[in-house]
Amino acid sequence: MTTPTRGARADRAGATPYLYLAPAVVLFTLFIAAPIGYTAYLSLRRVQFSGLGLGKKSRTEIFVGLDNYRTAVADGEFWAGWLRVLGYAGLVLALMLGLALVFALLLDSARVRLARFSRIAIFLPYAVPGVVATLLWGFLYLPSLSPIHATLRTFGFENVDLLSPSTVMFSMVNVAIWGGTGFNMLVLYTQLRAIPRDYYEAARIDGAGELAIALRVKVPILAPALVLTTVFSIIATIQVFTEPMTLRPISNAVSSTWSPLMKVYRDAFVTGDLYSAAATSLVIAAISVVPSLLFMRLVRRQAFGEER
Amino acid sequence: MTTKGVRRPLGLAPTAVLLLGALYCLLPVCWVLAASTKTRGELFTTNAFAPGTGLFSNIADLSAYRDGIFWQWMANTALYAGVGALLSTAVSVLAGYALAKFRFFGRNMIFNVLIGGILVPAVVLAVPQYLLLAKAGLANTYWAVLLPSILHPYSIYLARIYASAAIPDALLEAGRIDGAGEHRLLRVVAVPLMLPGMVTIFLFQFVAIWNNFLLPFIMLADDERFPLTVGLYTLLATGANQPALYNLVITGALLSIIPLIALFLTMQRYWRTDLSGGSVKS
Repeated sequence: MTTPTRGARADRAGATPYLYLAPAVVLFTLFIAAPIGYTAYLSLRRVQFSGLGLGKKSRTEIFVGLDNYRTAVADGEFWAGWLRVLGYAGLVLALMLGLALVFALLLDSARVRLARFSRIAIFLPYAVPGVVATLLWGFLYLPSLSPIHATLRTFGFENVDLLSPSTVMFSMVNVAIWGGTGFNMLVLYTQLRAIPRDYYEAARIDGAGELAIALRVKVPILAPALVLTTVFSIIATIQVFTEPMTLRPISNAVSSTWSPLMKVYRDAFVTGDLYSAAATSLVIAAISVVPSLLFMRLVRRQAFGEER
Repeated sequence: MTTKGVRRPLGLAPTAVLLLGALYCLLPVCWVLAASTKTRGELFTTNAFAPGTGLFSNIADLSAYRDGIFWQWMANTALYAGVGALLSTAVSVLAGYALAKFRFFGRNMIFNVLIGGILVPAVVLAVPQYLLLAKAGLANTYWAVLLPSILHPYSIYLARIYASAAIPDALLEAGRIDGAGEHRLLRVVAVPLMLPGMVTIFLFQFVAIWNNFLLPFIMLADDERFPLTVGLYTLLATGANQPALYNLVITGALLSIIPLIALFLTMQRYWRTDLSGGSVKS
């Protein structure tokens, strides 16, 4: 940046800003840039065994070009994992953000009683780690323990298995909604509170009801915040790992490659094929880069709109 | 919609919807509160939300499990989250302040590259981070979880927004004219003004590290260094076929969420997601 108006400042700043940025830049290099580079390097290589595969010399790493990528992309289980995760992510995004929006709008309308209690209660699951959330719901899904099953029975649904292959995804969606709605609600609610109240007066004088104001005035104002929460949620749901991993001990319906990320973990640490894992993880990164770039543009606009 | 003229509308339906949402969110927490007080027999026989008589024996059993490893996990988690969030806040505030209040060559490029870190999926990082740390002899140590947790691009983004909103340029200029050095300005002007924002950044990062599963799960092999999340996962994995261990898992789950819920309820005014918005009326 060479903005002539601030040239004098730039000279005087000297080394100071670089000094303050140094820790962040060093950590970025060590823990983000280097790992990415190393993954890219590994993804192009493979171990070759010569002879009987015994002894130190027989195990050599060779360059194989894009072979690992071809294998990764050709793996049906990988795409089956994507399909499951897309279904999961679609449901989570629609329901979680829908609920977050409804709750935020309701909290913001002046006519609600016990708003403070509801807000705190709905935000509370944010303080519960994903592992613990899955564990709690996992117990609630077990027929021998759960009040859910008792309730279902009273309505005539006998022997509903919430952890079967056909239902386990919905059970996982429920955990994600439970854990994520409150945070997104808070983001939207904070945004709504920042709007001056008299903003709505004009609409009210024109005879618009609360619902009309919510839909025609508040929702459009929330649009940037909605995009932000959506993109964050997409990035998070695509990487789903903790929930299916934690459900595995109690449900046979969750395979070790249920989500693409679990496949990377299995390849890297269970089967010990780091090279495939590297290629697969870069394919995942490439696929999630689309929503990420969207986010990038948004951040830029927000940050620079802020400056002046 | 013809709601015109309704001066005193009853907010019954909205209130009911919100309370239903609150009920849904509190349900598993209430369940674990009740379940952790039950003895093994009561767990499968009594009403799900009825309190039992075994809370203290459950806690004693959990504390006795493998010589009190649960409390070791708790201490580890506090260490990872506390130290990690503290360092993370310091790094983010320094970087955010530099990006907001100085013009220098490469400013936008550095910001874009750092922020780009948000977009990198954790999976692309965790596996090679493990391999690289293993090469440095640091895998399966406290450092393996602590070091990768320090850099948090989103915190830098928040710190930058907060610095540009909270620190008036004029104040810095006045200080410079008076001959104050940059480090002194940072200490005397910038940090005090950014303090509320720093608390928020600290809290969010504290929760993120406390709740993290993937990173410690990959980095650690020795359960002496596990945080709660990984510890409870292994406890569940061993206990899934033995209903005898259910009580331990349930009690462990309850104890593991108490510190965060306490933090969350006592620090309410700092849980803000919009640092640029100034004051939040709650």
